Amino acid sequence: MSRTARLVLFGIGAAGFGVVLVYGLAGLPAFGHYQGVYGRVLDGIGVTERHATNLVTALNFDFRAFDTLGEEFILFASVLGVVLILRQLRGEREPPNQEEADEHQLAGASEALRALALVLVPSLLALGVYIVVHGQITPGGGFQGGVILATGPLAVFLAGRYLRMRIVAPHTVVEVGDAVGAIGYGLVGLGGLVFVGIFFKNFLPLGIPGHLLSAGQIDVASVAVGLEVSGAFLVAWSEFLDQTILVRGPGDR
Amino acid sequence: MTLLQIVAMAAVAVLGGGVVVATDPLRQTLVLSIFGLALTMTFFVFQAPDVALSEIVVSTVGLPVMILLALRKVNQQERERRREHDEEGR
Repeated sequence: MSRTARLVLFGIGAAGFGVVLVYGLAGLPAFGHYQGVYGRVLDGIGVTERHATNLVTALNFDFRAFDTLGEEFILFASVLGVVLILRQLRGEREPPNQEEADEHQLAGASEALRALALVLVPSLLALGVYIVVHGQITPGGGFQGGVILATGPLAVFLAGRYLRMRIVAPHTVVEVGDAVGAIGYGLVGLGGLVFVGIFFKNFLPLGIPGHLLSAGQIDVASVAVGLEVSGAFLVAWSEFLDQTILVRGPGDR
Repeated sequence: MTLLQIVAMAAVAVLGGGVVVATDPLRQTLVLSIFGLALTMTFFVFQAPDVALSEIVVSTVGLPVMILLALRKVNQQERERRREHDEEGR
């Protein structure tokens, strides 16, 4: 297809898309003028019936916890796919070059960067734990906190020490974390089924709104998802890092 | 709409275009993560802090790490191929 033909096709497509977009946007309610009934109902019962002050997390881990189960296993399955593909490739190649990996430093991994990483690692871990366990009170929750937790070990790599990162976060540990988190979230749902007869119905004591241990299953589910997400991201990153740093092509000696 | 919201949306528009215009994949990745920051600010000024948190962790760390590592791997393989080609030519 010639360049002119492609441009003409693009022009028609872009014009059509623009018309539909403007038409759609014109019909939207103004910002802050929400008209949905479902949202209003949830807005009314979030604090009174679930003792959760952050409605978004209450929605994710309680009212629509079943949806989150699906989302969680999307992440789980995709990371599993990454592992399946990349590990087979690794087996086909030569044994890893340990010495080089040990000495590997990102260009410019200076003393200052290493000192910064030293500060970053504990702060990131603390922030991650905070975001995960306060999911039902303030913005955040298992997913956001989980990724922040995963960036902790990544800061070790940033300091130019990949093998240290493997010591801080070994494959086995992050894989087990990933799996335990995924199972844990499913068990929260089963707990509802067993104790109150409905899958993912909040079955734990609700506590006082605004307190750390409140909102029943929401906090537990948030911790499980946090574990799963941080494990999943670390597994995926480790596989990518293994590929680029440890596994050398057949031409390299 | 407040000034902050207009600024944030303008930043998203400009940086979104920047991601498309940047041709070098390495630069594109960096522009992409700055674009993610602009999106984060947009979500934040439109009062969606939960989404802003998700956006910031995914767009500034989660995604760029994977793209950068993949780029490095691609570069390694290209260098290897070039060297093999050179040796054959000799």
